[in-house]
Amino acid sequence: MAEVSATGPAGRLSRISVTNGFMLASLVALAVVPVIIYAAGNAFWLDIATRLVVLSIAAVSLNLILGFGGMVSFGHAAYLGIGAYCVGIPTYHALFGEFEMIASNNGFFHIALAVAISALFALIVGAICLRTKGVYFIMITMAFGQMVFYLFVSLEQYGADDGLVITSRSELPGIDTGNPLAFYFLCYGSLLAVLYLVHRIVNSRFGMVIQGAKGNEDRMRSLGYSTYIYRLAAFVIAGAICGYAGALLGNFTSFISPEMMDWAASGELMFMVILGGASSVFGPVIGAAIFLLLEQLLSSFTVHWHLPFGIMLILIVLFVKGGVSGLLDRLGR
Amino acid sequence: MAGIMLETQDLQKSFGGVTATDHVSLQVEEGECHAVIGPNGAGKTTLIAQLSGMLPPDDGAILFNGKDITRLTAQRRSHLGLARSFQITSVFMGLSVLDNVALAVQAHSGHSFRFWRPARQDAALRGPALEMLEKVGLQDRANGLASEMSHGERRQLEIAMALATGPQLMLLDEPMAGMGPEESGRMVQTLKGLEGITMLLVEHDMDAVFALADRISVMVYGRLIATGSPAEIRGNEEVRQAYLGEAA
Repeated sequence: MAEVSATGPAGRLSRISVTNGFMLASLVALAVVPVIIYAAGNAFWLDIATRLVVLSIAAVSLNLILGFGGMVSFGHAAYLGIGAYCVGIPTYHALFGEFEMIASNNGFFHIALAVAISALFALIVGAICLRTKGVYFIMITMAFGQMVFYLFVSLEQYGADDGLVITSRSELPGIDTGNPLAFYFLCYGSLLAVLYLVHRIVNSRFGMVIQGAKGNEDRMRSLGYSTYIYRLAAFVIAGAICGYAGALLGNFTSFISPEMMDWAASGELMFMVILGGASSVFGPVIGAAIFLLLEQLLSSFTVHWHLPFGIMLILIVLFVKGGVSGLLDRLGR
Repeated sequence: MAGIMLETQDLQKSFGGVTATDHVSLQVEEGECHAVIGPNGAGKTTLIAQLSGMLPPDDGAILFNGKDITRLTAQRRSHLGLARSFQITSVFMGLSVLDNVALAVQAHSGHSFRFWRPARQDAALRGPALEMLEKVGLQDRANGLASEMSHGERRQLEIAMALATGPQLMLLDEPMAGMGPEESGRMVQTLKGLEGITMLLVEHDMDAVFALADRISVMVYGRLIATGSPAEIRGNEEVRQAYLGEAA
């Protein structure tokens, strides 16, 4: 039976190898290029590379529900923000006192907190939103995202909409998180782990169920699946992973503000997913790379870079079916 | 005497002012192929939707093996042994043919909170799935994409998926819809080959109905106007006027 399932339709083999080849090359580049940049003393581009890797994790997590599960969540940046504040608030109290219970610089504590609270928030949001469909789902996930945004805007103690400065990075044993290159490789290793995790999930029994429910939920129910509970589980997993990305992002920027979780930030994550191709695990990484590079390139020409940027995004979404990874697929045929 | 597997008691459903199911009391006996025929808009699909749990009836009851299932969800009914095929082909287009059936097998082999092992290398799913494909004659297409199949093949795939859930009763909503004579002949052979599975068949293709059905019920404007053997239905004057006359 294994060999029956291993061979795909005609042409699939070469397609997969081209896409895999590209993925491998990209991942090797992400491992090598930052070392060269760092050795050359170019802090700016190492920052871009770190941002790319962290946002890629967030985009890959969004793609689990958006691309594979068909759940168009327009509030995914909320988990980035929650994760970041799960670093910011404990380090704030470690410095200024109060709330001894959560005051800590321990990285494991920060990450555990970020993942747990993001998962809990996703559980509540998902439990409600997954009862709706289509455009209602998009609107209600966005509403929940904005709720978190305004919650943090109202927290005067943590800087409200002025944001919060994180004075020291999370402490982890064996890793000097203050060193830009070491921190980069922490993020890069996390991206590899998340890619592998999502790859396993997508191809597991669970993954087959959420992909089936994306295509035809009625059909899944009549086959005997309680689709709601599986979709909810996927929603929670995606939220938890994105919360982890948020903890990295908070550490990286060392300045966090509610702005990182407003609806525009959620929209950017969606763009990365759609740009890169929602039907592959690796696609969102390509999307994030194109997004960040275009942002840098266009903003160096003009301050009104949002306009050409928007037009290019629209063109890609309209004319490149399956995003850039879909394009690669077709090139490989 | 065979027992009654599925029974509706005074089932009612209306949409606004339209009564789609009007006091329908129907009995499907164990082991039989029971066809429901009627002109377009007679409420046949609405009936199937209520039987499968997609649509709640306004009133009345549905009994399956003597158990009241009127308020059960579609997924619970599936686990009791009720399977359905859809009038509008609804296979999972982006997945391979074998994936489609494996997904149906998986629905009935424990929970799916299994996140790690690749489902496509799981012999416990692929084996039975391939067996089902053999039953409908699609084993050669196992690795093709469902989206690359012909219409007739997709309908066969639908049957394989319904079969894979290990049903006692299959609700078949126009399995021959949109098929040419050759394809529908093949479907008749497939359905005839399914022994031990009770079937409730909604179908427009009269040749197929008379080839398959042990008993036929005729539905017009949401009401059942007659139930009987194919010969009795052929001879029934009211049925002739309401339906067969215009179809023949």
